[in-house]
Amino acid sequence: MFSGFMVNAWIVATLVALVGAAVGFFVVMRGSAFVAHAIPNGSFAGAAGASLIAVNTILGLGIFSLVGALGIALLGRRGRHDVATALTLVFMLGLGALFLSFSSPYAPEIYSLLFGEVLGISTSQLWPTIALTLVCLTVLAILWRPLLLASVLPSSARGLDPFKIELCFLLLVALATTMTVPVVGTALIFSLMIGPAAAARSFTVRPHVALALAVAIALATVWTAIASSYSTNLPVGFFVGVLSACAYTVGRLWSWARRRGASGRSGAAVGRRSATAAA
Amino acid sequence: MSHLLHTLIEPGFFSSSPARLAIAIGGPVAIVAAVVGVFTVIRGQAFAGEALGDIGATGGASAYLAGVGAIWGFVGISVAAAGVMEAIGVQRVRGRDVATGIVLGAGFGLAALFLYLGTTYENTSGATVTILFGSIFALNPSDLPLVLGFGAGVLVAMTMLYRPLLLASISPELAAARGVPVRLIGAAYLISMAVAVALSALTIGAILSTALLVGPAAAALRLTARPGRAIAAAATIGVLSTMLGILLSYDSYDWAASPHAWPASFFIVTVVLLLYLASGWLRPRGQTRSQ
Repeated sequence: MFSGFMVNAWIVATLVALVGAAVGFFVVMRGSAFVAHAIPNGSFAGAAGASLIAVNTILGLGIFSLVGALGIALLGRRGRHDVATALTLVFMLGLGALFLSFSSPYAPEIYSLLFGEVLGISTSQLWPTIALTLVCLTVLAILWRPLLLASVLPSSARGLDPFKIELCFLLLVALATTMTVPVVGTALIFSLMIGPAAAARSFTVRPHVALALAVAIALATVWTAIASSYSTNLPVGFFVGVLSACAYTVGRLWSWARRRGASGRSGAAVGRRSATAAA
Repeated sequence: MSHLLHTLIEPGFFSSSPARLAIAIGGPVAIVAAVVGVFTVIRGQAFAGEALGDIGATGGASAYLAGVGAIWGFVGISVAAAGVMEAIGVQRVRGRDVATGIVLGAGFGLAALFLYLGTTYENTSGATVTILFGSIFALNPSDLPLVLGFGAGVLVAMTMLYRPLLLASISPELAAARGVPVRLIGAAYLISMAVAVALSALTIGAILSTALLVGPAAAALRLTARPGRAIAAAATIGVLSTMLGILLSYDSYDWAASPHAWPASFFIVTVVLLLYLASGWLRPRGQTRSQ
């Protein structure tokens, strides 16, 4: 399990968990789960198109993720945000259907695109992935404070144009999508973004702690998914979807149990205690 | 003149029985989806609709595994998913988008599993593509009575739900004060939406089904604020998109770039998007931007 092509998978999976959880932290905070679902699924068309003209898949993913992000931002300006997201998503998926119909019958390709493939990471993809990880983390570090402020107090963030913030955030999701899709697949990468981050936020409200916890949970999720997929041959995406749901459920149960136990006592005191305990 | 007509409508279109069946099924599906979709847009539940549609893929794959008609799988699983979502109160928690997404992730993860178990990888025109992207020219004639039956059921439900749903969607507090069982209405609506996207999944595929649900409705609501008119407009736009999509797909058989016709679902979704964009330009003055 730890030799040959699998080494690439483990490296990429670790980077995927890192970036996925970090971006996911803001996805959850901003209530943008739909967007996190839409952009990767939309990028599917790009990957299908890229393999059609024999171009590197990552390029196709990248371009279509960006197009999707821009589409959602621009359409969302003039209309309802959830409608904009839905229509951008289905249009791009429709394009994906079109590109697929042009290509020679290669169903294993779409299947890996959608649901991930443990053995599909070639060494030539390794360096672009590492580069994109660094770019994503740098952008995230730069945007950390403005994003945090704008996400928590959208109306009072001074000097911060909400549209620009939203656009930067969407582009960040697009970037993250480009590098995280190959292992987990377009269909379920968003689970990796929202599950661990949501679970982490159930355990602590402190941003840095939540971020670290989200990364830890995401690493556990994706490593387990890769190992399981390698052993059972079942798709990585399946394990990611199910494990993320488990993480989320544990987080919710914890919150619920804490609220039950805190009845009659000040919520703030319990919050502080739990945050300290979780730190 | 007849040459122009022939260019627009390839000869044989109206006598082709797959095309006729596509029209016969596509029309009612578009109407049902549009009617339900108006409320989806008003209630801001597009993501829930998307989730139900995607989870429908699991149903399609299960039906394929079990050897039964896809429509049973789509409807069965979508309704079950709606039930689960309602039972765990997905729509009522804070952070309902994450809850919806988690359910979607788990449900669609199962689709990955079932598709893996059920299909061979050999051909692109296999079950995977049909379930996900639809295959409107390959429908079974026995689907027609089922579609009409389920569709009629949804329309009846929507007729009964209309007034309380409208009130509960626009102002839940006022509705509750007037004795409307808001939660129950919401649950009944979620199940109607599940059937509507399941029917759409049959024509344009599980992961594209939201297009018919949300697109025509959103376009209609940009053109008029009155619900009754919006529903009529949405149904018209939905049927128009479907028919045009079917026609274009049929015509595209002879176009270059592909040995076979371009997928109808691609055309239908693209026309829906174009009409939505057009509705933005045609928007009557004085309409609030939030529509």
